[in-house]
Amino acid sequence: MNKILDSIPTVPVAETMETIMDWLTSNLSALFSFIQNGGKNAMNFITDMLISIPPVIFILVIALIAFIATKRKFGLAIFAIVGLLFIYNQGLWEELMNTVTLVIFSSIIAIIIGIPLGILMSKSIVAENIIKPILDFMQTMPGFVYLIPAVAFFGIGVVPGVFASVIFALPPTVRFTNLGIRQVPRELVEAADSYGSTGWQKLIKVELPLAKSTMMAGINQTVLLSLSMVVIASMIGAPGLGREVLSALQRAQVGNGFVAGLSLVIFAIIVDRLTQSFNKK
Amino acid sequence: MTKIKVENVTKIFGKHINSALKLVEQKKNKTEILKQTGATIGVYDASFSVNEGEIFVIMGLSGSGKSTLVRLLNHLIEPTSGSIYIDGENISKMNKQQLRAIRREKMSMVFQNFGLFPQRTVLANTEYGLEVRGIPKEERTKKAEAALDNAGLLPYKDQLPSQLSGGMQQRVGLARALANDPDILLMDEAFSALDPLIRKDMQDELLDLQQKVRKTIIFITHDLNEALRIGDRIALMKDGKIIQIGTGEEILTNPANDYVRTFLEDVDRSKVLTVENAMIRPISVNVEIDGPKVALKRMREEEVSVLLAIDKNREFKGYITADDALEAAKRGEKNVDSILKTDMESVTPDMLIQDVLGIISESSIPLAVVKENKLVGVLIKGVVIQSLASDTEEVTSNE
Ligand SMILES: Nc1ncnc2c1ncn2[C@@H]1O[C@H](COP(=O)(O)OP(=O)(O)OP(=O)(O)O)[C@@H](O)[C@H]1O
Ligand SMILES: [Mg+2]
Repeated sequence: MNKILDSIPTVPVAETMETIMDWLTSNLSALFSFIQNGGKNAMNFITDMLISIPPVIFILVIALIAFIATKRKFGLAIFAIVGLLFIYNQGLWEELMNTVTLVIFSSIIAIIIGIPLGILMSKSIVAENIIKPILDFMQTMPGFVYLIPAVAFFGIGVVPGVFASVIFALPPTVRFTNLGIRQVPRELVEAADSYGSTGWQKLIKVELPLAKSTMMAGINQTVLLSLSMVVIASMIGAPGLGREVLSALQRAQVGNGFVAGLSLVIFAIIVDRLTQSFNKK
Repeated sequence: MTKIKVENVTKIFGKHINSALKLVEQKKNKTEILKQTGATIGVYDASFSVNEGEIFVIMGLSGSGKSTLVRLLNHLIEPTSGSIYIDGENISKMNKQQLRAIRREKMSMVFQNFGLFPQRTVLANTEYGLEVRGIPKEERTKKAEAALDNAGLLPYKDQLPSQLSGGMQQRVGLARALANDPDILLMDEAFSALDPLIRKDMQDELLDLQQKVRKTIIFITHDLNEALRIGDRIALMKDGKIIQIGTGEEILTNPANDYVRTFLEDVDRSKVLTVENAMIRPISVNVEIDGPKVALKRMREEEVSVLLAIDKNREFKGYITADDALEAAKRGEKNVDSILKTDMESVTPDMLIQDVLGIISESSIPLAVVKENKLVGVLIKGVVIQSLASDTEEVTSNE
């Protein structure tokens, strides 16, 4: 029995994929290195800027935003002050700023790509039928698989880290944008149409405002997913808290690993609560 | 003048439209067609026209296709076949821009659950139609505020719809429609979500409004009383077909078939029956010729105790009672002048029974029905009550 099965030659999926990747890297190398350099410069610039802000001011500003965003409650603000001071105290401030940049970049890019895709999906059944399985595929893949094309295209460093994070973090924004628009009550869509709105007017004036809170839930997930990619992306040389975790892991330094991990958790909680409270307004 | 003309319009939802159409022609009913083809008949072969300034009511049970029909009029739903003309223009042949122009300028819609945008203030909601037309901010605010003012809602302009009661929200819905100054108002069960008292207020307001601005109104309802109250004409739908069109009076007195008849059973008859439907032939005495003896003889023959008095021209003069006639006969009087009473109330044949119920229940004698001074009938308490309770059959045969 096995003989029959073995007599079928291996279907060359891996080889084909490799050929495609080779073709892409060799033919589009100019584009990729442009993105690599430009991206790196932009991100270094932002990180340097963040680092140049005195930590006390940075912490106070975050606390103030937290205080306002949570409708004048002290909880999150106090947590932010204590948590960020702890990170500073542990000498991880620069790493934190690198992580902030990485998360900001990958989230923003994911949102910029995700929202239009979600809108497209909500407007066209064909688009929905094409995009949905791709999203399913993307979400079932383990995150580090995306490191392979990232490295192939961009080498190592922060840019491939962002690339992998964007792919990993994209699906929730697309899905929730689609869902939010499809959930707009039929009567309101009819109201918009019956008054002679163009498709664009309907989208801007009615659908997006009404889909907003659903979309924000998706964006919140996207931000957290991109944060969760930080550690994985550090495998290909992305700087930040993730790299600390990774190197502690490689050297079996339990204490350092715990501190870096805890710092990541603190940062994640602040980001999560902040994006959620924006939604509640 | 004809404002809206609908010609053989059919809308079928789903696939297999052709096989569904064949089955309709074979007089298969809606559920059978759905079972066999998976297609739903929304509207089938509807034809009617609506005159300018008319309130045209479309009535029918749930699922009969009312909403579909009204949405065909502004092309929110595209017809499977047939044509719809607005001011003589075939809107089924229009491109997107032309259709938008019609929706923006000629017709506005009012929705069952108000259709207000929850994130916009009352004012911003009212401005919506003007906003999408690109009317400058200042002008559209002025117009929207005027529309809100007419509805008595100006003080609430900065509130969100959710802060208003249902009745007020629907007034905003109406104000939003009117701010556009459309020729045509499409109202899909606009008052159905309101509680009965507010609903009646809104009906009154709509009628008042109609007195002032004369729009062409397509009003959907599943409530016959509402239809009769506000409709100039009523179209009755069943399973996507229009089965009767006419004034409330015509439909009530002459139901097209059993379906209409059963539909009519729950109607409060007093609201639509007129005096003419309930009056009976008057037994009268001619004051210029007849004396007490003739009067007494007639009362005996007709078994009544009161005669209505008229002159040679059938003009209503009053009445005489049996007791008085007997007295006068004993006194040997030759005419009825001395016993003629004039305190009888008179009504006209086109008044609603509803409106004369008060008079009739307080009066111990019948009411004279007078048209242009001439006596045409008499209204007797017992007969009125009987006609209110009777079924359609008897009202029809009363005629
Ligand atoms: N978009 C649609 N797709 C499929 N079928 C539909 C659609 N819209 C309406 N229908 C069907 O068409 C028929 C008529 O529906 P419609 O909404 O016009 O009825 P209606 O008279 O307004 O009822 P109601 O009083 O419940 O509002 C129903 O059988 C309904 O299921
Ligand atoms: Mg309906």
